[in-house]
Amino acid sequence: MGVFSGLGDKLKRVFSKLTARGKLDEYEIKQAMREIRIALLEADVNFSVVKDFISKISERAKGEEIVKSVTPGQQVVKIVHDELVELMGSKNAKLEVASKPPTVIMMCGLQGAGKTTMCGKLGALLKKQGKKPLLVACDIYRPAAINQLQVVGKNVGVEVFEKGTQKPVKTAEQAIKHAESNGFDTVIIDTAGRLHINDDLMRELEDVKKAVKPTEILLTVDAMTGQDAVTVATTFNERLDISGVILTKLDGDTRGGAALSIKSVTGKPIKFCGTGEKATDIEVFHPDRMANRILGMGDIVSLVEKAQEAMDEEAMKKMEKRVKDANFTLDDFLVQFESLKKMGGIAEIMQMLPGMGKFKISDKDIDEKRIERFKAIICSMTKKEREHPEIIKSSRRKRISAGSGTSIQDVNQLLKQFEQTRDMMRKMKNNKGRLPF
Amino acid sequence: MGIFQKIKNALKKTKDAIAYRLNKLFTGGVLNGEFYDELEMILLSADIGSETTESILDDLKHEVDKRHITKTDDVRVVLKEIMHDILDFELPEEEYPLVIMIAGVNGVGKTTTIGKLANNYKRAGKSVTIVAADTFRAAAADQLTVWAERANVRIVKQGEGADAAAVVYDGLQSAKSKGTQVTLIDTAGRLHNKVNLMEELKKIDRVINREFPKAMRLNYIVLDATTGQNALSQVDLFNEAIDIDGIVLTKLDGTAKGGVVLAIAGEEEVPVVYVGVGEGIDDLEKFDIDDFVSGIVDNE
Repeated sequence: MGVFSGLGDKLKRVFSKLTARGKLDEYEIKQAMREIRIALLEADVNFSVVKDFISKISERAKGEEIVKSVTPGQQVVKIVHDELVELMGSKNAKLEVASKPPTVIMMCGLQGAGKTTMCGKLGALLKKQGKKPLLVACDIYRPAAINQLQVVGKNVGVEVFEKGTQKPVKTAEQAIKHAESNGFDTVIIDTAGRLHINDDLMRELEDVKKAVKPTEILLTVDAMTGQDAVTVATTFNERLDISGVILTKLDGDTRGGAALSIKSVTGKPIKFCGTGEKATDIEVFHPDRMANRILGMGDIVSLVEKAQEAMDEEAMKKMEKRVKDANFTLDDFLVQFESLKKMGGIAEIMQMLPGMGKFKISDKDIDEKRIERFKAIICSMTKKEREHPEIIKSSRRKRISAGSGTSIQDVNQLLKQFEQTRDMMRKMKNNKGRLPF
Repeated sequence: MGIFQKIKNALKKTKDAIAYRLNKLFTGGVLNGEFYDELEMILLSADIGSETTESILDDLKHEVDKRHITKTDDVRVVLKEIMHDILDFELPEEEYPLVIMIAGVNGVGKTTTIGKLANNYKRAGKSVTIVAADTFRAAAADQLTVWAERANVRIVKQGEGADAAAVVYDGLQSAKSKGTQVTLIDTAGRLHNKVNLMEELKKIDRVINREFPKAMRLNYIVLDATTGQNALSQVDLFNEAIDIDGIVLTKLDGTAKGGVVLAIAGEEEVPVVYVGVGEGIDDLEKFDIDDFVSGIVDNE
């Protein structure tokens, strides 16, 4: 299960009740709000944020809109959705760039939020965008934190600047100079994890801020954070006037209510999400899409975007033509697997598809190893077999399974899945390219 | 700073937020619906979770009726009793050789906890071997080596990217041959919904059983006190993969309320064994229910 889908399920239950009842009276609104309230609380949305949210929606719901509407359930979905979008910020926020390079990004947050890992991801992302980033090790407290950043930097091919355990302010200043004279356009400063109530360490951050005047100060927050997210975010924001938030570990099964809470108490945009352990597992945060995700309506836009990036254009064009001709072969199937793998976890993708929120899809159900097996099977086929799978009868199946080191059942399963996919492709064609959900 | 004082300080923050509201409630108020509504919100905002909050309140109302309590002050006593009961588990007596495996999601403080545990056992006069089986995170073994030096105990490690189960195998052979009393196994942080990583953990668990059948086994999950209701899911799935014997609740020195352990104790029946109250090597204490509950409910 992915982000917010648990919350989505809960909300859906509420809405299906509303729809089934037809027109709403005040009592029913109240009942519905009680369930929404519980759903949000269980999702770890801060309780005062929930209170606000409920009172806003109730106010709207009590107006004529719902009572007079034809499908009251849809109306409430719309209202809740709008309100969620509003809470999380209504547009997606990009990284600011300094007018005079280097752009300085300072990371901050509690211990274990994922700052160092995120530094590596940001570095990799910027590098991919053609920038020349420099990572700076300013966590002088945690044992081996500097080593960790060095390894992370090495893995993504980004230089790491470190001056041992000297004062972070000094290291940061020297790093900026180093960047200026060596043509680095972005400096990412990793800082030690600290409690927001640790006055000395908070002052250290203020000092670094004063010394290097960061373009961005990004608060890294664990998406699993509970009610305290509000206190943490408020304090960091008050002391450092942060410019944005990064939400990490969104690949867990947390409902991620912290996202709503933080945005509503700080007013600062959530800029990125960490969605896995790989250096490429970083996404831009889209509040509107996230709201869709909360409601279980799917996130087709994000899916398409990811797919576009993963699948190279040529293969895409070919695929398009294949779909048009309803001439989908096992070779195309293979290309699909490859791009799915590039896109990240299958479960993650599936969950973004509209309608999939209804099904409990977890990593358990979609075994990535099985995908690997499927790939081996297709690779063991002849060209002719891949283009005309219908010729694969029992002796061919035996040969293919032996060649790929799999069982005949595996081969059968693959062929069956292929057929289903091809059928879906045909339906898509008839549906003018829309997914048949 | 004494042990008790340290926990108290850590809990003070837990308490401050809740206790302020509780105090407002408890002093001379009237027992009515509004009182319970407010109480519900207080418990919810402490990360106790809606299900457990509801059950606590049901029990509370029941007791209040039964004992004919009319003053909100007296409700406090009952509330403490109820919370105490939820958290009260009998812990097994430790026997040696002992193997403790530490697991949990990323960033909760597993490595730090291992360092503190090693120090505790060493101080209690036990021989300790640390096994660095987090072969995934960059420089994890380096970090653990620093802790091993601080605690002055042995450490068994291999290079980054080594097979974790193989490191554990090595570590256990070494611990056995040295006659180590306490073997502490650090594992990589993993999200509980990642099937492959949980399988890896199961494998490590099996290796320990196979290679060191004579040892007493304890598996602890480390939970970050700032975590919300997701901690339930963490305990649930880790418990499903490897039997979890107890919880180490870390970062209680922040403002996080840690109330989710009440939900976990109630719904998953896994006890809290230790609490982490700071970054120093001595900042790990045995979980004390009375202190914890008192810290949440009482004011000073």
